[in-house]
Amino acid sequence: MSIGHTLLGLLESGPRHGYDLKRAFDEKFGHDRPLHYGQVYSTMSRLLKNGLVEVDGVETGGGPERKRYAITEAGITDVQRWLATPEKPEPYLQSTLYTKVVLALLTHRDAADILDTQRAEHLRMMRILTDRKRKGDLADQLICDHALFHLEADLRWLELTAARLGKLAEVVTK
Amino acid sequence: MKARQWWRDLAMGARFAFTGGREGWVRLLLTAVGVGLGVALLLLTTALPGALAARHDRENARADHTYNQEKKPKGDNTLVIADIDTPFRSKDVRGRVMEPEGARAPLPPGLERFPRPGEMMVSPALKTLLASDEGRLLRERLPYRIVGTIGENGLVGSHELAYYAGAEGLAAKISPPNVARIDSFGDPNLTPEKSDPVLILLMLVVFVVLLMPVGVFIAAAVRFGGERRDRRLAALRLVGSDGGMTRRIAAGEALAGAVLGLAFGTVFFLIGREAAGSAEVFGISVFPGYLNPSPGLALLVAVAVPAAAVLVTLFALRGVVIEPLGVVRTAKPARRRLWWRLLLPLGGLAMLYPMVGQGRTNGDFNEYLVVGGVLLLLVGVTALLPWVVEAVVARLNSGGVAWQLAVRRLQLSSGTAARMVNGIAVAVAGAIALQMLFSGVEADYTKQSRNDLSRAQMQVNLPDGVPIGAAARKFSAVQGVRKVTALSSGDLGDKRKDPAMSSELSVGDCAALRELATLPSCRDGDVFTLRGAEYDTDTPKLVKPGRTLYLAPSYGDERNAEVAWTVPGTLKQARSIKDPTGVMRGGILMTPRALPGRAAASVRGQVYLSLDQSVPDVREYVRNTAARVDLRADTMVWAASEQSRRFTSIRTGLFVGASCVLALIGASLLVSQLEQLRERKKLLSSLVAFGTRRRTLSLSVLWQTAIPIALGLVLASAVGLTLGAILLKMSGASVTVDWASVLTMTGIGAGVVLLVTVLSLPPLLRLMRPDGLRTE
Amino acid sequence: MTPPPGSLLAAQDLRKAYGPTVALDGAEFSVHPGEIVAVMGPSGSGKSTLLHCLAGIVPPDSGSITYNGREMAGMSDAERSLLRRTEFGFVFQFGQLVPELTCAENVALPLRLNGTSRKEAERTALSWMARLEVDDLAGKRPGEISGGQGQRVAVARALVTSPRVLFADEPTGALDSLNGERVMELLTEAARSTNAAVVLVTHEARVAAYSDREIVVRDGKSRDMERSV
Repeated sequence: MSIGHTLLGLLESGPRHGYDLKRAFDEKFGHDRPLHYGQVYSTMSRLLKNGLVEVDGVETGGGPERKRYAITEAGITDVQRWLATPEKPEPYLQSTLYTKVVLALLTHRDAADILDTQRAEHLRMMRILTDRKRKGDLADQLICDHALFHLEADLRWLELTAARLGKLAEVVTK
Repeated sequence: MKARQWWRDLAMGARFAFTGGREGWVRLLLTAVGVGLGVALLLLTTALPGALAARHDRENARADHTYNQEKKPKGDNTLVIADIDTPFRSKDVRGRVMEPEGARAPLPPGLERFPRPGEMMVSPALKTLLASDEGRLLRERLPYRIVGTIGENGLVGSHELAYYAGAEGLAAKISPPNVARIDSFGDPNLTPEKSDPVLILLMLVVFVVLLMPVGVFIAAAVRFGGERRDRRLAALRLVGSDGGMTRRIAAGEALAGAVLGLAFGTVFFLIGREAAGSAEVFGISVFPGYLNPSPGLALLVAVAVPAAAVLVTLFALRGVVIEPLGVVRTAKPARRRLWWRLLLPLGGLAMLYPMVGQGRTNGDFNEYLVVGGVLLLLVGVTALLPWVVEAVVARLNSGGVAWQLAVRRLQLSSGTAARMVNGIAVAVAGAIALQMLFSGVEADYTKQSRNDLSRAQMQVNLPDGVPIGAAARKFSAVQGVRKVTALSSGDLGDKRKDPAMSSELSVGDCAALRELATLPSCRDGDVFTLRGAEYDTDTPKLVKPGRTLYLAPSYGDERNAEVAWTVPGTLKQARSIKDPTGVMRGGILMTPRALPGRAAASVRGQVYLSLDQSVPDVREYVRNTAARVDLRADTMVWAASEQSRRFTSIRTGLFVGASCVLALIGASLLVSQLEQLRERKKLLSSLVAFGTRRRTLSLSVLWQTAIPIALGLVLASAVGLTLGAILLKMSGASVTVDWASVLTMTGIGAGVVLLVTVLSLPPLLRLMRPDGLRTE
Repeated sequence: MTPPPGSLLAAQDLRKAYGPTVALDGAEFSVHPGEIVAVMGPSGSGKSTLLHCLAGIVPPDSGSITYNGREMAGMSDAERSLLRRTEFGFVFQFGQLVPELTCAENVALPLRLNGTSRKEAERTALSWMARLEVDDLAGKRPGEISGGQGQRVAVARALVTSPRVLFADEPTGALDSLNGERVMELLTEAARSTNAAVVLVTHEARVAAYSDREIVVRDGKSRDMERSV
């Protein structure tokens, strides 16, 4: 995820202080990982350098210096371009799991066991997500669903691989 | 172009009928069997008049007309034949004893040569019977050697019991109608019986009543599996066929079923035709060769059945909108209207009403009005029944689970339920009406016999000249005979020939005479005059002491014994009482010694026998004894009443037909029941899974048929009684309700339902097995 | 081998063959009161057969099934039917609602089979339909409602007798994911609130994620993931 673009997008609704930006980000997107303030600071200075934001005003008071940032025309165009560009689908061609299975086969360990253990782990994760989804709001549900669908995809791969272990063994041990 | 498109659609439908996989095949087979059974019955019906005519022709060709003929002199083309039919248990054995008098004597049909004295030719059925254990008693009665069988052209049915035996010295015993001299078989100048209008009415109604349910049945058969078909049609709409095309495809499918049904029907008919040769229904058997449908009627069946199939299909699709994504039945079908349904039976009544009371007066029924009226009344049943079922079922509610399941299902598809029952309702309504008509006119066609069954149960008539005393002793010796009353009768007149005044004469011992009169005292040798008889005006004038009278006077050309007899001076008076046959005799009574010896040969003996009915086969023992006394002795079993034979045969026909029709309808009920069950396989399994008792489901299946059947039977009884009443009015008989027959017919109808439910239980139980839960 | 202590329904070494096809080949199973167990596995692995055996619908060829300490093999068909009527509830993929009855009558059906009066049964049915948010469909027939609604009605019917074990065979198999999830949420919520055990047969991981524990059936053999880990 591009933090720069996300922060730019948040600025589109109006100028904000850096600390407000971090709070808004955490609330909407940062369920798993809240941003460090330093991260915000460094990103904003990069955007400033590139002319995508400008300093709208500086408040000096009791605490640290607080800059108010506003988005520039170039910044709006940049957000627009980012949103319109499709994400590259991630074909996980180099999967750790695959490697483990093949290694297990090569070393004559029980590959099915690896798959089953992994499945149990996946399901454990899915249970946690399902539980969270049930207790959370719509945003929670959508985020959890995204994760659930990905985990489900992995699980289906596990199933399929389990069903084809015999063939796979023939191929890799040849 | 358009025609080609039509043809293509029809062909496509036909192909669907044949290529629907296993389910499709089952459906096609059900339809074909249903239509086939209907067609077979129709063909049988068209063949029946022919068969009866063929029977009649055969019967006529071998008729020996021993009665009502002028006397023939002996010649080389004459034959003396004795008609000695004898009953054996409940069957009749046609028996003839013959003696050819010359080389050109007529040979009866079915024989290759005359049997010599002591020999006989028998029908195959009689041969089998005689060879069996069952025929042991009959064998005693027919002490002839079997030397051949009677050919088919000498018999009227495959199961007829008949024999021709050879004899010597028959000419001496000639006395029509039992023994006569003939020179040909068959009646050259055949006079058809004049048909009684009431009998014609009966026949017409019987035919309509029997054929209606067949029509209803065929209509139901082409609708088998309609729901699955509708789903397939929806799939066709999805790939782009329009409404007209789907209808034509459906028509093609129905047509294929109907045509296959025609083929099945023909096969069924041929099988049935062969089977008819080995079956005997209510004493009637026919040869397969008799059952040839008339070509015109057969053609009509061949055209009408497929046409009807298509029409019914299109009619059934009327209320269904087949959309690409499924079949839409208007969620709540329009409430059935009553008025036009009522019009049909009312119209029927209106057609019959003008003929009320014509049965006995001018005796002319307009056949079209009769058939039309009866048809409309019966069609009215099929039109009213769906309305009645819907109206009643909508009001049914509380009850157990089984009841609730059944009622809800009926509420949702009362039409299907009504259709299933229609056939039975029509058949029962018609049968009730007929039964009523029969029992109503029965009085006219049944001679109420006056025989007193408490005094005797059998009567044996001995031919002239057979000594009665010896005969009576032989009968007394028969096991199971309690009492023998031997009486001879003759007549006497005032002149040797063509007497002006005549009186009757009864001869018997004192005990026997006491059966006829209260005697003051009695010794052998006494003579009594009878008083108190009906219509006996000559006796008081004729019987005066000292006057010479002639026993057995001659009339016309006939020469009798003409034995002179002088009325004795001591003539006792006796008061006549009812004799065993219920008659108050008149004339004079003689004890055996009073009868002049020369006259003994000219009185005819009657022996009345009181039997111990608990002795098995007592009647057969009596008959065997009678045959030993004299072959020509005629034995009669007294029954409370004797029915007109013609009438009996119509009634028999009705029973035969009704059994066939009900069997057919039962089969159709079973088929649609099974089909319904199969379509609910998954549902049934899941109901069982969550613990529904099998009993509950079975009971709901029973209710599901029993409710519409009960309604159908009530309606059928109402219509049947109405129709019966009006038919009775038409024939001029008084209207009485024959509750026994109403109960019998409704009972049979209900029995069919019960049987169908019982027969559908094993498949139901099989369908309820959890295998149904497995997804394929 | 004895059933795990505290289990409500347990099976050991189940074997079942349909003709030459072996459906179960030594399967094990156990569920505790109030526990939701997912039975997973590829198509044709024997999941449904396991459920049918556990529920007493199909007798296994060999092996033992104990419910509440009682051996099921010793029960007659009538006893097992009674058990299904009173102690178990069922939800299937489809084809389970009686099309002629209204939804409320369908839900009331199991109670009626137990002899509850019609009024009483339909009142209870309505309260369950309300819990599954389908009380507005009470007067409709199954043909007039959507698949998701039908499945919720079916869940209401399965729970109406307050069963101790709820058997669900691919309860969301015919539904889209949104409807499927709603059905699963309502089902598990209702089951937890009545402390009913749930045997949930499914091949979908996201449905199985509603369970507490899963059992994997493969080639007629089962594997209890929790205990083997």
